[in-house]
Amino acid sequence: MEALEVVRPGLLTTVQDLGRFGYHKYGVPTSGAMDQAAYRTANLLVDNEEGAAALEVTGEGPALRARADLTVAIVGAEMEPLVNGRPVESDAAIDIRSGQLLELGRARRGLRAYLAVAGGIDVPPMLGSRSTCLPAAFGGFHGRALREGDLLPVGQAGTRRLPVAGRRLPPGWWDAVGDVLTLRVILGPQDDQFTGEGIQAFLAGTYRVMPEMDRMGVRLQGPPIAHRAGADIISDSTPLGAVQVPADGQPIILLADRQTTGGYTKIAVVIGEDAYRLAQAMPGQAVRFCRISMPEARDARRAYEGKFLALRGGWPRWRDRQNYTLTLGGQSYRIGVEEGMGKYRVSLDGRTVRQSEEGEPR
Amino acid sequence: MAVRFLDAGESCLVVELGDRIDIALNLHVRALCLAVERATLPGVQEAVPTYRSLAIYYDPLAIDRDVLKDRISGLLGSSGGEGGQRPKLVEIPTVYGGEYGPDLEFVGRHTGLPQDDVVRLHAAPLYHVYMLGFTAGFAYLGELSQRLSVPRLSTPRLRVPAGSVGIAGTQTGVYPLESPGGWHIIGRTSLRLFDAARKAPTPISPGDKVRFVRIEEREYLKAAGGSP
Repeated sequence: MEALEVVRPGLLTTVQDLGRFGYHKYGVPTSGAMDQAAYRTANLLVDNEEGAAALEVTGEGPALRARADLTVAIVGAEMEPLVNGRPVESDAAIDIRSGQLLELGRARRGLRAYLAVAGGIDVPPMLGSRSTCLPAAFGGFHGRALREGDLLPVGQAGTRRLPVAGRRLPPGWWDAVGDVLTLRVILGPQDDQFTGEGIQAFLAGTYRVMPEMDRMGVRLQGPPIAHRAGADIISDSTPLGAVQVPADGQPIILLADRQTTGGYTKIAVVIGEDAYRLAQAMPGQAVRFCRISMPEARDARRAYEGKFLALRGGWPRWRDRQNYTLTLGGQSYRIGVEEGMGKYRVSLDGRTVRQSEEGEPR
Repeated sequence: MAVRFLDAGESCLVVELGDRIDIALNLHVRALCLAVERATLPGVQEAVPTYRSLAIYYDPLAIDRDVLKDRISGLLGSSGGEGGQRPKLVEIPTVYGGEYGPDLEFVGRHTGLPQDDVVRLHAAPLYHVYMLGFTAGFAYLGELSQRLSVPRLSTPRLRVPAGSVGIAGTQTGVYPLESPGGWHIIGRTSLRLFDAARKAPTPISPGDKVRFVRIEEREYLKAAGGSP
């Protein structure tokens, strides 16, 4: 159902998910949410499946009109969301009634916010993902950023109003961001192409995020990183977070929409979790690099995944959902039964006909 | 050169088989890639073959890096075969010159060759597909005749139509999508090199062979559905 109407598109609003995997060998970028941590959190708040598509909102947010009753969550950059002009919470599941206007303003802190809708943005998957691939103009909503007048399909809209409104993140879920963003890196794969002084400069220096930053990558400026011989290699694969250093010695960090191969030396690779943090950095942000070992990186990944596991575990899912179709006298009726979190709901053709009252015993 | 295992972050292991651009070496990369795909190792998400190395993306919580390295080492010894996946020959029907190849005249002047010879030299070889990258569906081909070597454009074009066939240095390739570009454009193909609606989004795979086949404008128009 086309449950969201774009009244104002914002600076760059795209449909994104976990990303598109398995197609690098055909030159197809990963794409996906730039800040996967915020994106996943938004989906968890509205009880979505892992990997449901959401909207990535950049810099300045859109205005969207609900054409059905929806449950949404806004996570990531602080964009002072309003519903019909009244402030609403970020980092929480909120209900929006059909006809109401949801507006996200200019980013006050961070750069990208994620708007998850219960049921997910229901665009057709292409090459295994609903992410918008801007460089090749496919996937997401017609392969492009949203425009005024677009009507976005939402999965099972109106049939899945869940009692999740009011869910909010536990305090301390987000680490406080200091003045300097520290990015943990694993040296390599071409660290042997840099001088000792070059590596020292990279690990000791403070770099600034330049205005040249987009979904493909972020350019930094700071102490130059010296190569032994040259900056060019025989092109090879470019992982998320790769720190490319061209001949000018200034690093470029590759992000979601990066090319799948590159011909510049890569001194190091930023771990995934910190690449997501970088996706929230504004121009001028101070950045430092901190070298860690492979076991430390794996421990960090385990801790990161553990946080999501705990969050999901704390919010029981509406696991049991059955739909029946009855045909009587040539007429079809769709009956849905949902049960979970100590509550139940019965619907007919998407409209609730009976649900548990507050405090009603099961 | 000995095989090198290089970490590229916490979830990518690069297996470097050499340090040069060479078809035999590249075929080893391809064979290893197919072996890794066939082995369906737990936690391995995708394998990306490039000129001289294979990047293996994995979930470090599902498979230990050293275990993965051992498994790959085992495959290295036994990955000689193609596993029934022989490289394909992909023909690229190309209309040369005119509005489709606005730089053919320049290439002729720069190389001192008649335009027909430029086309013949371009269409003669069976090009090896080393890898795909740069953009979706773009194949890195080797190797263009030295006699056709021209520098890149001093000012790249902002808009090169999809299907444009370009040359620069000893490289040739096809722009799968409309994009900016700095290569000299000598022709255009009606073959769709990237289609996200298909499971294999491009007709070309790493390790395939490619040949450009000269066609006339009317054949191009017919194949391209009537509009250039």
